[in-house]
Amino acid sequence: MSIFIDGNTSLVVQGITGRDGSFHTRQMIEYGTKVVAGVTPGKGGQVFDESVPVFDTVAEAVEKTGASASAIYVPAAFASSAIFEAADAGVDLIVCITEGVPVGDMMTALPYVREKGARLIGPNCPGLIAPGIGKIGILPGQIVTPGPVGIVSRSGTLTYEVIFQLTRHGIGQSTCIGIGGDPLIGTDFVDCLRAFEEDPSTGAVAMIGEIGGTDEQVAAEFVRDHMSKPVVGFIAGQTAPPGRRMGHAGAIISGSEGTAAEKMSAFRECDIAVAERPADLVGLIESRL
Amino acid sequence: MNIHEYQAREILRAHGVPVPPGEVATTPEEAERIAAGYGGMVVVKAQVHAGGRGKAGGVKLADDAADAREKADAILGLEIKGLTVEKVLVAPAEDIATEAYLGIVMDRGSQSDVIMVSSEGGIDIEEVAATHPEAIRKLAVDARYGLLPHQASALAYALYSDAKLARQAARIISQLYEAYRAAGCTLAEINPLISTPAGEVKAIDAKMNIDDNALFRLPNVEAMRDEAAEDPAERKAREAGLSYIQLDGDVGCCVNGAGLAMATMDLVKYYGGEPANFLDIGGSSNPDKVVTAFEIMTSDTKVKSILFNIFGGITRCDDVANGIVEATRRIVVELPIAIRLTGTNEELAVDILKENGFEAMTDMDEVVKRAVAMAAGTSS
Repeated sequence: MSIFIDGNTSLVVQGITGRDGSFHTRQMIEYGTKVVAGVTPGKGGQVFDESVPVFDTVAEAVEKTGASASAIYVPAAFASSAIFEAADAGVDLIVCITEGVPVGDMMTALPYVREKGARLIGPNCPGLIAPGIGKIGILPGQIVTPGPVGIVSRSGTLTYEVIFQLTRHGIGQSTCIGIGGDPLIGTDFVDCLRAFEEDPSTGAVAMIGEIGGTDEQVAAEFVRDHMSKPVVGFIAGQTAPPGRRMGHAGAIISGSEGTAAEKMSAFRECDIAVAERPADLVGLIESRL
Repeated sequence: MNIHEYQAREILRAHGVPVPPGEVATTPEEAERIAAGYGGMVVVKAQVHAGGRGKAGGVKLADDAADAREKADAILGLEIKGLTVEKVLVAPAEDIATEAYLGIVMDRGSQSDVIMVSSEGGIDIEEVAATHPEAIRKLAVDARYGLLPHQASALAYALYSDAKLARQAARIISQLYEAYRAAGCTLAEINPLISTPAGEVKAIDAKMNIDDNALFRLPNVEAMRDEAAEDPAERKAREAGLSYIQLDGDVGCCVNGAGLAMATMDLVKYYGGEPANFLDIGGSSNPDKVVTAFEIMTSDTKVKSILFNIFGGITRCDDVANGIVEATRRIVVELPIAIRLTGTNEELAVDILKENGFEAMTDMDEVVKRAVAMAAGTSS
């Protein structure tokens, strides 16, 4: 089992003929993901790699193929529009890989997606992978192995590092999900933690955070109040210098500077074991499984 | 991107916000000339990309033009939070009856832009937030509809009971929100928003932070970038599509991905070293980016060893390996280099490096230990 995707998930790729889109579509197919359609406006009627039909619009792709999820690999200027389009077409899950999306664009896209009842993961994220089942996004398939650990992270490559170290020590994963490093994202730590808590195949969760914002603190409280499964954590950015903050509004709104120290102590207060280095997550997880 | 107060004032003026006049000086003489033009008392304000200017002595009242010259002389060249003041804003001093706070910030928690007002404005607003937060009124704006007139009005009446003042404030709040959206802001602040004894409401200060990701479609805002206020190495990195922040240590770190870069720096510290920088070469790297990364790291004379930590996903390890080889051909690198490459096209990368006399490691902890030892001179 897994969270958010399963063996029945069928995928439409927005931006399938682009450089990143085409490369990662092949990787996803190779990993076993059911890629049923692609979308590139103006290229409708083409067939990608002699196997995936390309459409001009997501609505048409969904209508003709029944795609239940979308992966977005379009340039940043068009990413929010692609998100709107996917939500409008009625897919359940939208994974936006694109980085550099203006935050003002997400301000309007997020409530729209929510109203349509879809789940958005990202933007600026590596996506998710359910080892042995399928993947949406860019997480490398060769570093994962099936097992009981759920991984949720704000980072990309740091997530790969943690997965890699777990796999090397023979500890497999149920689902690995990168929620994205942007300030406005569709799916947060709490959404993932809740899903892992309900997922029978997940026995423990590793949560990988970063400096900035207060999402980790909120997630820690969720773990304390609502989770029975063990959660371990890591925060990147302990050596990051404090920013030369302009204005007061940021501090007034959150009451927090978002430092690694603040987040690590929030974890500890909520009984989340904190790893000093990524490698220490292995031992912490192992002793809790 | 940060912009200066005088630039934020221009944006506000363009959206109709009443902002008193003001001009920028880079020398004491220029400040004197500007002050003489206004006549009477002026305020001289450091234009620097850092908060806490007032408390750092960067904002001073001057009695007349001669005094403005003296005050500008004291402020120009001042160092505020590591940044040297190159410009001052000279503006006529205003008669102030009341000082209020007006700010808009992109709030991750509520996933909306939040407008905040308080009748207790001024430099101690964070103190107000901490000790009696009820004095700050907040409103989350639904970006799909924008700030609605009755919402702006309600905020304005929270600031002023006098209807004449409140009507002006409501207009300013709406104009600030329009400016915030139009300029791609993640923060816009007027502190203080003043009322005068004559019953006028004005913005006598302005701060704006701009979302870097929005700049591609805002050339007028991009043009406000003050390259002189940027660190030269950080500018070079930005122009090459890299993200770089210089620190005080001696282990140069080149990593793909911000999270892994920070974790690598943390690990350098863990093993007793000090990171010289944060440097994220991003995804889809091409060899040129790696060459630029080398140039930037080696231009920092404190650096004693160079550490590469690459986890290939979108980034291909062979691209990075080619970049390392290319860089060491183009520029003389006398520093020891420790390289770790894992992931996409790892085998190709290892072969490329071996052919060119480099050793590649596969473990993050091991490569960090090695780079720290190299910087300490206990390994070669």
